[in-house]
Amino acid sequence: MKLFEFEAKNILREYGIAVPEGNVAHNSGEAEAVAREIGKPVVLKSQILVSGRGKAGGIIPVGDAAEAKNTASKLIGSTIKDIVVESLLVEEKLDIVEQLYASVTVDREAKAYVVLTSTSGGVDIEEVARTSPDKISRHWVDPTSGLSELEAIKIISRFNINKDDAAKFASVINTLYKVATDYDAELVEINPLAKTPLGEFVAADARIIIDDNAIFRHPEFAGRSLQREEDTPREAEARKQNLAYVDLDGDIGIIGNGAGLVMATLDLVQVFGGRPANFLDIGGGAQVEIIKNGVMLVMSKPEVKAVLINILGGITRCDLVAQGVVEGLKESSVKKPIAVRMMGTNEKEGEDILRQAGIGSYPNMEEAAEAVLKL
Amino acid sequence: MSIIVDKDTKVVVQGMTGNEGRFHTAAMLRYGTKIVAGVTPGKGGQEVEGLPVYNKVEEAVGNHGADTSIMFVPARFAKSGVLEAIDAGIKTVVVITEGIPQNDEIEFIAKASKKDEVIIIGPNTPGVINPSNRMHVGVMPVHVFSPGTVGMASRSGTLTYEIAWHISNAGLGQSTCAGLGGDPIVGLDFIKLLEMFKDDEETKGVVLIGEIGGNAEEMAAKYISETNYPKPVVAYIAGRSAPPGKRMGHAGAIIMGSAGTAKSKIDAFTAAGVPVAEKPSDIAKLLKV
Repeated sequence: MKLFEFEAKNILREYGIAVPEGNVAHNSGEAEAVAREIGKPVVLKSQILVSGRGKAGGIIPVGDAAEAKNTASKLIGSTIKDIVVESLLVEEKLDIVEQLYASVTVDREAKAYVVLTSTSGGVDIEEVARTSPDKISRHWVDPTSGLSELEAIKIISRFNINKDDAAKFASVINTLYKVATDYDAELVEINPLAKTPLGEFVAADARIIIDDNAIFRHPEFAGRSLQREEDTPREAEARKQNLAYVDLDGDIGIIGNGAGLVMATLDLVQVFGGRPANFLDIGGGAQVEIIKNGVMLVMSKPEVKAVLINILGGITRCDLVAQGVVEGLKESSVKKPIAVRMMGTNEKEGEDILRQAGIGSYPNMEEAAEAVLKL
Repeated sequence: MSIIVDKDTKVVVQGMTGNEGRFHTAAMLRYGTKIVAGVTPGKGGQEVEGLPVYNKVEEAVGNHGADTSIMFVPARFAKSGVLEAIDAGIKTVVVITEGIPQNDEIEFIAKASKKDEVIIIGPNTPGVINPSNRMHVGVMPVHVFSPGTVGMASRSGTLTYEIAWHISNAGLGQSTCAGLGGDPIVGLDFIKLLEMFKDDEETKGVVLIGEIGGNAEEMAAKYISETNYPKPVVAYIAGRSAPPGKRMGHAGAIIMGSAGTAKSKIDAFTAAGVPVAEKPSDIAKLLKV
């Protein structure tokens, strides 16, 4: 679960990392009030969860409270990167003399948290990583001992900065690691970590992503829907029904059990010259209802011409799948041809159910994939 | 001789009294797996399938010599379950549970690797099977497997069964098949399994089943190339047709670079001399054993 910038900054502030003075505004009046309280030039930052909002016009500096009000009234309700802006973070405009970078993220292959730091922070950090990887320090943290202060200082010692700055930078990464483990975060990132003319280190922008599987330990976020802003309407609907669904731009609907098998099915359709319209994984041990809903969801997509269902029964029962397919087809307002491949638990019973409903079933996925392209 | 599990493996089922635990205990027993006991805290004294249930793993180890555990424990209790198994002296823990927090996975996998190299398979794995020894510690549909010479390592579940079925139909069969687990962080990985298959007399060739995301395949390809791997290897990558994934923040891109795409994985295997099958049915044909 991605946290909003203001939420991430609230957490960092609690842990003692300096963040710009500011507050959230939901309307132009609130934006004006926050700006007045700050009493100097501010930045209005759209609170949306996609990156690249600055370049898309979602971050606007203003001179005073009156201008803050005026600009906020235009920004709130506007659409940035297809997302409607509902709130702003109104923040003091920082004087920045240097932009640094610090993050703690999970490195899946190393099976550990990795601390990434650089003195070349800012919006081009990924470009820096590509062109001059040596400008970024990577330090993998031993999960059994954690990140010590000494290690943090060692990480920073490779950068050519004065002792005072090094101590401040090291303290920031120690804190970031603590935030990452305390919040079960997949990512805690400060970019840029701004050095001000007074030598203070301030988190100018911050991102935290909490592991969805760990939300039970963070009940303050539990009520929030896991819906993502970048979801298409059909993806959002699927998420509500707990279906793993992704829209694609072809015309063959695809349903299967297990992400790997569904992906292999998409690939096979493509090998045979077809174009998948979606990815839908009904998971393991699916009941009739889930399959029915999945079939209806895929059928309802206007671009879909035919549907391919690929089930390898183990804990999933083919008879229940067949029943779900038949019911889903019956209840779909627009009916499209279906080819089913089923193998495994209760395969014969499933085939009988499909045959009675006049739905074609095939013994292997290649035959089914070729067949669906001719339907 | 075989790897991970063999005919002498003694299994304890953690979470045996739950629905899944009961169902799969019965299925494993039918196949021939030697299950010696179950563990569910607070349910000690009960029986499942005629086997004793204990409160603690150490009782199953002490009374029955259990050396391998399979876990059906709910996600939020999984970490303590795995740590308990490690402390009790279990050598291989097969974690079926899905939805375990990554932070927990990092912790117990690190602990396992420090303590006498305990093997963690998964989390979110379908398990491991050795058909010639009739030993299945997992939740796989066993009928797609047959005794043979192909070592299989897979990041997928049902796709593994699909490919195992093709390999069985081709008359090759499997020596050992292990699901690595579908989570981003897993214990046993391609490289460790390749090392085991290298020294396993039963295994004549290896099939690696990967998918988009992460760079486990790229690292496996590098290992095969650098070690001049002595047995034939064939790979399959699921997700060639998937659009570039939605990624998180800058940090992911910094550590991953261009790794993670199907093209990156296919290129890596090809460069290492590993044929990459276009379709699941092509794998057996490409494997020269």
